[in-house]
Amino acid sequence: MSLTRIYGLFLRHFYLITRSFPRILDLVYWPTIQITLWGFISNFFATHTTYYNNAVGVILTCAILYDFLFRTSIGFNMLFLEEIWSRNFTNLFIAPMKIGEILTSLVITALIRSLIGLVPAVLLTSPLFGISILELGIFLFFLFLSLYIFGITLGILVSSGLLRFGPSFENIAWSTMFLLAPFGCIYYPIETLPEVFQKIAYILPLVYIFEEARNILINQTVDIENIYNAFIWNALYFTLSIILFYYSFNAAKNRGTLINMGE
Amino acid sequence: MKNLIEVKNIKKNYGKKEAVKGISFNVQENEILGLLGPNGSGKTTTIGMLLGLLKPTSGQILINNLKLENHRIEILEMINFISPYIELPKKLTVKQNLNVYAKLYKVQNIEERIEYLSEKLRIKELLDSITGELSSGQKNRVSLAKALINEPRVLLLDEPTASLDPEVGDFVRTFLEEYKKEKKISVLLASHNMSEVTRLCKSVLMMKNGEIIDQGTPDDLITKHGRTNLEEVFLKLSRSKSEFN
Repeated sequence: MSLTRIYGLFLRHFYLITRSFPRILDLVYWPTIQITLWGFISNFFATHTTYYNNAVGVILTCAILYDFLFRTSIGFNMLFLEEIWSRNFTNLFIAPMKIGEILTSLVITALIRSLIGLVPAVLLTSPLFGISILELGIFLFFLFLSLYIFGITLGILVSSGLLRFGPSFENIAWSTMFLLAPFGCIYYPIETLPEVFQKIAYILPLVYIFEEARNILINQTVDIENIYNAFIWNALYFTLSIILFYYSFNAAKNRGTLINMGE
Repeated sequence: MKNLIEVKNIKKNYGKKEAVKGISFNVQENEILGLLGPNGSGKTTTIGMLLGLLKPTSGQILINNLKLENHRIEILEMINFISPYIELPKKLTVKQNLNVYAKLYKVQNIEERIEYLSEKLRIKELLDSITGELSSGQKNRVSLAKALINEPRVLLLDEPTASLDPEVGDFVRTFLEEYKKEKKISVLLASHNMSEVTRLCKSVLMMKNGEIIDQGTPDDLITKHGRTNLEEVFLKLSRSKSEFN
């Protein structure tokens, strides 16, 4: 692994973001809107239902966590799509970069993109709604880390599809998160799902992350097993996504997708 | 002279379609080899295989005596490519783009390299310009600077002067001639501009339907086919329903 090459690719996206005010605005705008909207919904439910009576920030906290996941996944896909849209894809893949270096660079850049959007939105929640996500304490870090890994995993899976099938796979890139959201039990306990959906939900790390966030906020206790399960499933999916990416890269070299991607 | 590019009987099939049917050729140090052929003849597929973007169905490619399939990164460090069909990120300035690619190729003394290339390619005054806002002639010179950022020993050129006005086209051709002479690099040039090929190339490969149907120096081919210039040879070979079809 070459840090210089990883930094070089990071720099390409850093220049792109910092050169354009609309791009920075776009990164901040959606999380802020999303979190403000969920803040008001959260306040409404907190005063009209018994379930959330003692935990005003449950919905809003889950909305922030979900938004972080969403931004990480979409951010990773955007970085990959950016190379296709700018017809720079071929230049990138004829540069002496290892696949691991490309992925590492995109993983770091996606984190920075997500944080640019998330930090201002999180800072708004305290003065606007009197809620601080920091109430999750040290476990907030593990929940964010788990979501970040899953977001990156989804990003790598979609990028594998782009490599394998070409730009026509782009629409899938935008819809993966929406497909998984109902199974993630972001805003409701897993018991809400029909039994067959619960079985699917239990093989995704999301349900453990959001169940644990609610557990900490509502019951003021920590169930380490949830965090552990989330990491185990994450490790499995992340490994599979890396294997699939390498497989797709080799398949693209056989099918000629790499050479046609920029045209 | 040492062969920097050695292509040994490479084939590329897409399913049942044979895009390249077992071609072999070498490019020596300090040589520009022309790759000619009508659209769909297999030129781009051949270049794609040399760049490691396509995996040959069979055969072998060696760059500077290293097998491409085993030494992809080492080989990519010593080659580069320019084509009108690929672009540099449009929103970045010229200098930012060159800086990014200098890092990807782990260039030492980046500032000096950019300074040298911008001087040689007359893009010094463009360094702070947005790449997407340049004219096609300016973009072409910037792409050439990117292609030379790593001081490649092997340069692959796919229609390097397409859509350029005669003055810029001539500038690029003169630059390439001088650069090749100075650095002793190997160049594979795919082009539809026959006067360019005649001027730059020591020898030429004619491709059609995935095969090399003829090869030689431009003068030899003109004499052999009883024509007055390379364009007429090209037309004769590409229109003929030859024994190679």
